[in-house]
Amino acid sequence: MTTHTLDKNNHHGGLDAKVIFGFWVFIVTDCIMFSGLFSTYAVLSHSTFGNIGVAQTASLPFVLVQTLLFLTSVLTLGFGVAASTRGNFNQTMLWLVITFALGAIFLSMGYHQLANLYTHGHTWRDSAFLSAYFTVIGLQGLHVLIGLLWLAILLIQLPLQKLSDTMRTRLCCFGLFWDFLAMLWLLIFAIVYLMGAI
Amino acid sequence: MLEKLIFGNLTLDAIPYHNPIIMGAGMFMGLVVIAILGSITYFRKWGWLWSEWLTSVDHKKIGIMYILLAFVMLLRGFTDAIMMRLQQAMAVGSHLGYLPPEHYDQVFTAHGVIMIFFMAMAFVFGLMNIIIPEQIGARDVAYPYLNSLSFWLTAAGALLVNVSLVIGDFAGAGWLAYPPLSELAYSPTVGMDYYLWALTLSGIGTMLGGINLFVTIIKMRCPGMTLMKMPLFVWSCLCSLILILAAFPVLNITLFMLFLDRFFGMHFFTATLGGNPMMYVNLIWTWGHPEVYILVLPAFGIYSEVIATFCKKTLFGYTAMVWATVAITVLSFTVWAHHFFTMGAGADVNSFFGIATMIISIPTGVKIFNWLATMWRGRITYSVAMMWAIGFIVTFAIGGMTGVMMSVPGIDFQVHNSVFLVAHFHNTIIGGVAFGLFAAVNYWFPKIFGIKLNERLGKYSFWLWFIGFYVAFGPLYYLGLKGMTRRLEHYSAASGYHPFLVIAAIGAFIILCGILCQALQVIVSIKDHKKMRDVTGDPWDGRTLEWSIASPPPFYNFAETPVVDSRDPFWAQKQKQKQHPEQKAQVVYKDIHMPKNTSVGFWIGVFGGIFAFAMVWTMPLIIALAGITALTFVIVRTFDWHIDYYVKADEVAKTEAAFEKLQLAFSAQAAYLTF
Repeated sequence: MTTHTLDKNNHHGGLDAKVIFGFWVFIVTDCIMFSGLFSTYAVLSHSTFGNIGVAQTASLPFVLVQTLLFLTSVLTLGFGVAASTRGNFNQTMLWLVITFALGAIFLSMGYHQLANLYTHGHTWRDSAFLSAYFTVIGLQGLHVLIGLLWLAILLIQLPLQKLSDTMRTRLCCFGLFWDFLAMLWLLIFAIVYLMGAI
Repeated sequence: MLEKLIFGNLTLDAIPYHNPIIMGAGMFMGLVVIAILGSITYFRKWGWLWSEWLTSVDHKKIGIMYILLAFVMLLRGFTDAIMMRLQQAMAVGSHLGYLPPEHYDQVFTAHGVIMIFFMAMAFVFGLMNIIIPEQIGARDVAYPYLNSLSFWLTAAGALLVNVSLVIGDFAGAGWLAYPPLSELAYSPTVGMDYYLWALTLSGIGTMLGGINLFVTIIKMRCPGMTLMKMPLFVWSCLCSLILILAAFPVLNITLFMLFLDRFFGMHFFTATLGGNPMMYVNLIWTWGHPEVYILVLPAFGIYSEVIATFCKKTLFGYTAMVWATVAITVLSFTVWAHHFFTMGAGADVNSFFGIATMIISIPTGVKIFNWLATMWRGRITYSVAMMWAIGFIVTFAIGGMTGVMMSVPGIDFQVHNSVFLVAHFHNTIIGGVAFGLFAAVNYWFPKIFGIKLNERLGKYSFWLWFIGFYVAFGPLYYLGLKGMTRRLEHYSAASGYHPFLVIAAIGAFIILCGILCQALQVIVSIKDHKKMRDVTGDPWDGRTLEWSIASPPPFYNFAETPVVDSRDPFWAQKQKQKQHPEQKAQVVYKDIHMPKNTSVGFWIGVFGGIFAFAMVWTMPLIIALAGITALTFVIVRTFDWHIDYYVKADEVAKTEAAFEKLQLAFSAQAAYLTF
């Protein structure tokens, strides 16, 4: 979803600075939204009401693997954006596909971990802590799912439009979004898992 | 089985057949809708409506639609107000009035929700949409398609609130829906779900609109217009937009968590299994306090424009005004707990927020003194807009004073949630926000439509509103100090409230007459449009750029992007022209880049609204179909590579030539008449 600049030439190396700036502003608002959720999690993190606490939700090695996977996907996306700047269409597509795969594995790991909790009688209905836990992990995961959908659409559109100004602007916005999701995950890793393990 | 899949919990019992008031209101609503649809069909205007308005991405048209929406919702919200005043004037002692408690709860909840979200926010957004690009020398906002989408999402939310009147019920937990009352256990009906989805839809619209206008101000100012040369209305809106961007995400996540509690059985704010209702109160007021500044800052900006123009003087203390506005913006995030001093945070916490609340009144005081200083030794014209501005200064000062009173926790413990509080916030919202919106209408109507509004009816409406306000809310200050709680649907005769509530009801009817005068003002002005026509584009001898283009403006606003080098650039340009009348800039017209109209925003609004309705009634098939359709439209739009076009230079030249011809004819006529 992009519009051409209307009057001033806001192009830098072909990218539409107005679109990228606006998308960055959106990310800031998304960040504030998550901060409301994180603060609620912090308040409710000890309201376990007889059910499990955070130390029993996942093993640290498991979460570490998830973290490394997602951070690697940020790296591969970076390679893809770099390739797009150089005008190399095939490399761009390759790195984007790898990013998609890594993101999908990350997501399925997260899904299985939550599903596992659910089937063992630890659902979001069982305590305030579990409600907050499922929501924090789940909302970040939902953002990753939306990101994967967006990436899939980009993978369809890139062969059609090649590396036009519009597509590279969209790639840049996607990069911002994906990096933001990584930052959210790192915050979850730190605030939910690491602090819970202490 | 199939019936459950399609209709979910929706049955014919959802229509409140047994409630004559609701059925009467619903039938009235239905008749109005049929009348409107019928007249569009009769005058064969569907094509025009679709291509000129519903699919428009023009910020001016979207702004007008926002304001029309706000006016329609004002009627509904004000009807709720009249209903409450009538009930409270009647329901004393053995009389129970005409509204049972469950219905009264919905009336005061709907009144608050409608007035704040669908009247004030919509009106402010409409004004920002129309005026900001024109004042900064831009041709549209940053993202025109997103602008259309934001409006249609807001409209869908408003429609959902109206549908709740006749299908199901509305929330009865107050406009902020405190848990545990708003949780499933204590609000089992669909009313709370209507509330949540209406605010979710309009909340997304507001977020997108906030990003849009923020980027517009930051990135699309014309050459030479640095931040400290922007009109104060634009500055005020910039600060309001920063508040929107920072505060609305908190509202969205908080309502989302309440939705999760109700829909998925979670326990964020429930009374059981560890939920924390006080967390909700903190979160919602972290949004709620900035929200009132979101509404009042643009109003302050309007007053700055109106007072400077009608005193024919540069605004006093521009820099101080900017910094005062910025200070209010920052401080508005530091005062939220003054909304719940009595919730038990303790003296230390309460003291902090009490002092912070007192501090935030100081920059507002600075602004009031600067407006007065602008008027001092100015050449004042008492136009209708100027009267609203003066009425604001008097009324808002009183409202602010009662606010500072309540910032003292000791006093607040006595008047919290009494009608003293109700009087205070209506004092500041009506005196501050509403008066500002009315001033803006009178000030900018000629620019938007090319027609001046009838002055006499405007002045009548001002006096009726002004007097009516004090008659309606003055008694409430006294009653609050006497101990009357808010949201009372019935009270004892021994309380002594009755005579004052009768006076308050009379005040509400005086305001109703004011509103009728305002509606009449618009109707009469349109009827007399030939006499009221303004062809100069500058009926008030204005100071800012929007007065330099035609009224109504051409769709591209500026044929040539202006270059400015001072504040009040149009005033500076006029002074220069008076001193050097022979210097007329030779304009070379170029092709202008404009966005194409699109129906995608409209359709996403439609299917988003259907999705929300289906979520309220848990209708699985419709949820899936509407959700997928809305998402498909979002995705399909991204595959549209031809979203803009160029207006040829000669078309621009022709439009500008026609405007100049009109101006010349008018000034020749004026010269003849003064000869």
